[in-house]
Amino acid sequence: MFYREAGQYKTTYQADQALFPILQDKIGIILILAVAFIVVPLTVSNFAIDSILTPVLIFSLAAIGLNLLTGYTGLLSLGTGAFMGVGAFGCYKLTTFFPNINIVVLIVCSGFISAAAGLVFGLPSLRIKGFYLAVATLAAQFFLSWCFIRIPWLYNHNISASIEVPERFMFGIPVTGPTATPVTRYILVLSIVAVMTWLASNLIRGRIGRTWMAVRDMDIAAELIGIKLYQTKLLAFAVSSFYCGVAGAMLVFLWLGNAESESFSINQSFLTLFMVIIGGLGSLLGSFFGAALIFGLPIVLRAIKEGLHLSITSATVEHINFITLGTLIILFLIAEPAGLARLWQVGKQKLRVWPFPY
Amino acid sequence: MHLLYQIFIDPFVQMGSAPDLFVQTLWEGLVSGVLYALIALGFVLIFKASGVFNFAQGIMVVFSALTLVGLYAHGVPAFLALAITIGVMFVLALCVERFVLRPLVNQPEIILFMATFGLTYILIGFGELVFGGDPKLMITQQLYLPTGSYSIKTLGGFVQMQKIDIAAAIIASLMVASLAVFFQKTRIGRALRAVADSHRAALSVGISLNYIWVTVWFAAGVVALATGIMWGARSNVSFALEIIALKALPVLILGGFTSIPGAIIGGVIIGVGEKIGEFYWGPLFGSGIEEWFAYVIALVFLLFRPQGLFGERIIERI
Repeated sequence: MFYREAGQYKTTYQADQALFPILQDKIGIILILAVAFIVVPLTVSNFAIDSILTPVLIFSLAAIGLNLLTGYTGLLSLGTGAFMGVGAFGCYKLTTFFPNINIVVLIVCSGFISAAAGLVFGLPSLRIKGFYLAVATLAAQFFLSWCFIRIPWLYNHNISASIEVPERFMFGIPVTGPTATPVTRYILVLSIVAVMTWLASNLIRGRIGRTWMAVRDMDIAAELIGIKLYQTKLLAFAVSSFYCGVAGAMLVFLWLGNAESESFSINQSFLTLFMVIIGGLGSLLGSFFGAALIFGLPIVLRAIKEGLHLSITSATVEHINFITLGTLIILFLIAEPAGLARLWQVGKQKLRVWPFPY
Repeated sequence: MHLLYQIFIDPFVQMGSAPDLFVQTLWEGLVSGVLYALIALGFVLIFKASGVFNFAQGIMVVFSALTLVGLYAHGVPAFLALAITIGVMFVLALCVERFVLRPLVNQPEIILFMATFGLTYILIGFGELVFGGDPKLMITQQLYLPTGSYSIKTLGGFVQMQKIDIAAAIIASLMVASLAVFFQKTRIGRALRAVADSHRAALSVGISLNYIWVTVWFAAGVVALATGIMWGARSNVSFALEIIALKALPVLILGGFTSIPGAIIGGVIIGVGEKIGEFYWGPLFGSGIEEWFAYVIALVFLLFRPQGLFGERIIERI
C-alpha cells in the first residue's frame, strides 16, 4: 500500500537511471543511514557496537569485494583472506613510513597495494577458470600467508610477529590505537563502507559492471561482442582486491587493534565466500545480509545456550555450534540457493502488491 | 650472481655430493606423494560421477580414521572396528545422497561446493563431539600393519625406509588397480562412467543417479578410510590432518579433476617436488616453502595445460 511506484513519472533518462529511482527507496536509504549514523551511536552500547556492528560492516566490505569478483565476474577466488592481509600489512608499513598522513588516506592507499597483489595473482585467470582457478587462487593465499610470517620487515621485526596498531589522530580525536572509542571507530568504518558501497553500486551499473557480467554469463560470447577479456578479468581482480585490502586494513586498524598472519588465514577466505554465497551471488545488499548472518550466527547460538542454562562444557557447545552451523548452511542452500538477497526481493515484491496480491 | 649460483647450481652440487640424502628425500617425497594421490583420488571419484567438488574429502579422511580409533578405544576388536567404520562410511554416503545431493540436484556447482563445506562443519563437530578432539594413536599393530624401518646401505650411506610407508605404497597401488578394474569391468563401473560422461544420457538409459551417487560417495569413503589409516600411522589422528586436504588440491589441478591416473601421477610429482624443493631450495627463502611450493608447481603446469596433465580437453562452444 505504501511501497508503490505508481504515479512517479520519470521525464528524463537521468531520473530513470538513478541509483534509487523509486521515492520510497530513497526515503528508506536515508532513514537507514540516519539510524546508522545518528541513532545507533547514541543508543547502542559500546560493547555491542564493538563486538557486532563494526565487524559486520568490515566483513560486509570484504564480501562486497569478493562478490564483485565471484558474483559479478564469475571468477571463483579463495584468496580473499590473503588480500585482506596485504591491505592490513600494507597499511601498517605505510603508517610506519608516513606517520603524519591521515590514516583514512593510508587505508585507502593500502587498498591499492592489495589491488596490485590481486593483479599479479589474477594473471592465471587468463588461462584457467572454474574450480581450477579457485585452486590457483589458493596459491595466493598460501604464498602471502607465508610472507606475512617469514618476512620480518612486514611487521617491523616485531618479536611476536604481529602488527600493533599505533595511535593516530583525526581532527584531534584518536581514531586508531587503544584510546580510540568504539563509537569513533564505528563512525569511521561506517563512512568508508557507505562510500565504497555507493562506488561499487555505480561501478556495476555502468559500463565496467556490464562487461563483468557479460564475462560471467559467457566469456567467449563476451569476447565476440568486443569485450577485452584479459583487461576485464584483471580489472575485476584488481577492484575486488582493492575492496578486500581496505576491509583488511580496517579490520586491523579500526577493530582488532593488533593482528598476525593467522587473522588472514584460509578460514577467513572461506568465511568470506560463505557470506557471499549465503547473501546472494551478484548482490551488494546480499553481502551485508551474508556478513550479518555468518558473523551473527555463532553469537546467537552462544546466546541461546546461555539462555537455556544448560550444564554442558564449552567444548561441547563449540562442537554443537559446528554441527548447527553446517546443518544451517546446507538447509539454507536447499531452501534458497540464490541467497538472502532473493528472499529480500521476494519480500519487496509482496510488499508492492500488498494487500491485493492478485 | 651469487644468488643465481645458489638457485641454479648449488642445490645440484649438494644432490651430487650426497646421493644417499637425495635418495632419502626422493623416497619421502614419493611416499607423501602417494598419500596426496589417495586423497586426490577420493576427490576425483566424486567429481567424475556427480560433478561435486567435494571439499569434505579431507575431513572424511580424519572422520573415518577417528571412528576406527575411537571404536577400538571403546573395546571393539580391531577388525570389527574396521568393518563398523566401513559401515559408518556407507551410512554417511546414504545420508549425503539423501539430504544433500538429492535436494540440491541441478543447482550450480558452486552451491554444491558450498554444501560440502556445510558437511565439513558437521563432520568436524560430530567427530569431536563423539570421539573428542585430542590426538590419538592409530592402531597400526592391531591391524597387522608393519612397523619399524629398513635401512638400506647404498650410495655410500644409508637410506631409511619406514615399513608402513612401503605398505602404504603397496596398498595405494592395489586400491588404484582394483578401482580401475571396478570402473572398467563391472556393471556398476560402466554405469559410473556413463554418469560421468553425461548425467542426462545416463538417466535416459535407465541408470539411477541416486544409486550411483551413493556408490561413489561410499567408494570415496573407503578410499578416505585407507588414507586415514596411512596418515594416522605416520602421525597422530586428529583434526590437524584436515590441512592435508588442502595439500591435495594442487595435485588435483595438476592431474586434472577427472582423471584417476592424473591424480596418482600428479600426487607423485607434487610430493617429490615439494620435498626436494623444501630440502634443497628451502633454506634460500627461509624454510616453510613447503606450504606453497606445491601450488607454484601446479600453477606452472597449468600455464601450459589449463585442463591439467590428463584432464579432458576443454572445448567451448557458444
